[in-house]
Amino acid sequence: MTEKRIPKTLVEDNKFCPGCGHGIINRVLAEVLEEMELVDMAIGSVAVGCACLMIDTFGTDWVQAAHGRAAAVACGIKRVRPENFVFTYQGDGDSLAIGFSETMYAAVRNENITAFIVNNGIFGMTGGQMAPTSLPGQRTTTSPAGKDPSLAGQPLNIINQMRQLPIAYLARGSVGSFKEIIKLKKYIKAAVTNQIEGKGYGLVEILSPCPTNWKMTMRGALDHMGDNVKNFFPTGEFIKEGVHTDA
Amino acid sequence: MTRAFMKGNHALAEAAIRANMTFFGGYPITPQSEILEYLSDNLPKAGGTFLQAESELAGVNMVYGAAAAGHRAMTSSSGPGFSLLQEGISYIASAELPAVFVDVQRYGSGLGDIFQAQSDYYVATRGGGHGDYRVIAYAPASVQETVDLVGLAFDKAEQYRNPCLILSDASIAQMMEPVVFPEKRKCDPDHEWAVRGKRGGDFKKITSTMYYTENFDQYIHDKYATIQANEQRWESIQAEDAEIVLVAYGISSRICKEAVSTARAEGIRLGLIRPITVWPFPEEAFDGLGKGLRAYLTVELSALPRLRDDVMLATGMKTPVHHFLAGNTVPSSQTIVKQAVALLEK
Amino acid sequence: MTKKKKKRIVTQSNNRCKGCRFCEISCPAEAISVSSEVNAKGYNYMEIDHKKCTTCGVCYTVCPDYVFEIIEVA
Ligand SMILES: Cc1ncc(C[n+]2csc(CCOP(=O)(O)OP(=O)(O)O)c2C)c(N)n1
Ligand code: SF4
Ligand SMILES: [Mg+2]
Repeated sequence: MTEKRIPKTLVEDNKFCPGCGHGIINRVLAEVLEEMELVDMAIGSVAVGCACLMIDTFGTDWVQAAHGRAAAVACGIKRVRPENFVFTYQGDGDSLAIGFSETMYAAVRNENITAFIVNNGIFGMTGGQMAPTSLPGQRTTTSPAGKDPSLAGQPLNIINQMRQLPIAYLARGSVGSFKEIIKLKKYIKAAVTNQIEGKGYGLVEILSPCPTNWKMTMRGALDHMGDNVKNFFPTGEFIKEGVHTDA
Repeated sequence: MTRAFMKGNHALAEAAIRANMTFFGGYPITPQSEILEYLSDNLPKAGGTFLQAESELAGVNMVYGAAAAGHRAMTSSSGPGFSLLQEGISYIASAELPAVFVDVQRYGSGLGDIFQAQSDYYVATRGGGHGDYRVIAYAPASVQETVDLVGLAFDKAEQYRNPCLILSDASIAQMMEPVVFPEKRKCDPDHEWAVRGKRGGDFKKITSTMYYTENFDQYIHDKYATIQANEQRWESIQAEDAEIVLVAYGISSRICKEAVSTARAEGIRLGLIRPITVWPFPEEAFDGLGKGLRAYLTVELSALPRLRDDVMLATGMKTPVHHFLAGNTVPSSQTIVKQAVALLEK
Repeated sequence: MTKKKKKRIVTQSNNRCKGCRFCEISCPAEAISVSSEVNAKGYNYMEIDHKKCTTCGVCYTVCPDYVFEIIEVA
């Protein structure tokens, strides 16, 4: 058994709310980059949302893009600096609402970048408005009576959108429990490896609690993830090294 | 040096390659698509990357990424697409990155039409997107000048770490003229501000939220004041003793030049001030004109006066400022002389 | 020569804690509980009952705020 030390890449305490899944994802990503010796060559593209709080606390190079455009920015970086490890880190509103087109087209072109999408089912930073991933019936500040799919559509499942594309890696993980966090780290490592080996686009969507805007306790948030969120968003690996799997 | 006989758009694209642009991401729209077409073939051959983006929004943000990584990057568009670039240009200006943009102006608001026009003057000279910034905007009046200004724009963008714009129009972009190109430049993308991984050093952040730094307002004010003081460019043709001074840029300035010779041959004292930078506006060009000056006349290819306002501001309206709006039709030099004579007879 | 067996212990940076209780919910040994004390950020931080703790590292893994580390001591 080895030690478990907080990665040095986390240069300051994070600025997320109590119980926010972003903090766990930050740590897991930092561990992977350190274990794979990529911190020195990593460039992150973050856009707008709670994710952008990490550019002060997560010690890699960063470019902060306009809301939704992180994937396009990452493409620009990677195309001129192919020797760097280039990744996006975005919320679900950012990547799947305003930035859906940029997110999809990076995958359509199988850009050799790695995308992390944090699915917390809500617009966290702006105070809990409905996201494309909000569940039917979910109460948010812009769906006070509960999300009505006949008005707002069904939850957007990015894995299903990307499954037919010729990309290198596609997985959905979760930070909803210890076991899932362990699995998530494997997914992140696999996605990163695909870029390093030049195989192309990798995406890991991560189910993550936002207790603040869900207006739940941590236990309530974790139960909600296990009981409801996962029914709409099953976890697993869907494409590995360009090969489609039946996760 | 290479001589060629070339279309404005193609020459612009070649000039960008020679200025060591290594990344272009853009989306087709008439009348600028030839820039993409030319680059799709020639930029990869020169070792750069051409990407046809899924939209202008994506294109400008790809440019943001490449510029953040220290490389010379560009995108081009026209009218409706130029509107979509504004989000990214605001971010790039705010993140203090160099990049070059091209607007080959077409006519009208909304979809408008593909004819030549000069109706994007405000977007080009007022920043265009949200917030406190300006872009250095060059308005070429010939194919050769397009080439020269593209090279200059890349240099100035890096010098000031600010976006630069080539404000062309459908005429200049589509005409064929003889042109001389400079040798291809070499540039080092490893600027100290560029992201390239922290490589054992401190990590860098390129963000547009620089306003958290101390004295930010003063800093931004001074930055643009410096550009205004140092970067005004114009051509003045027989303006010193003129009774009527035409003011025009780009395609309409070519007709005005003709009008000046026609008028002078008839003994009419007509002159021309041709802004080469439309921002910063060449206010200095209006200093010390002759005592006989009776009026300014802007000649614009638009439905509403735009350039007129800048002339009013630059001159403090001490002399009347008139405008002649030609819509999307390039007027004849005779028409302009007539307009000037009418003013003199007033 | 006898090799001294290294001992694992959990250390805590209590001032980082935001009191979310994910560790308490997850700890298989039920060794974690909320303290009555508040930390510098104003949150009731978490206490580990080291008699119950098996140093499994679950708290390290689930904590969003980098509170716990598992270290080896001689
Ligand atoms: C063009 C534009 N529109 C709207 C906003 C406001 N805005 C900032 S973050 C955000 C939503 C972020 O939600 P998400 O991506 O899900 O991130 P989270 O905070 O939930 O992690 C919005 C709408 C903006 N910054 N820019
Ligand atoms: S608002 Fe939600 S997503 Fe944002 S930091 Fe707080 S818990 Fe995390
Ligand atoms: Mg969200």
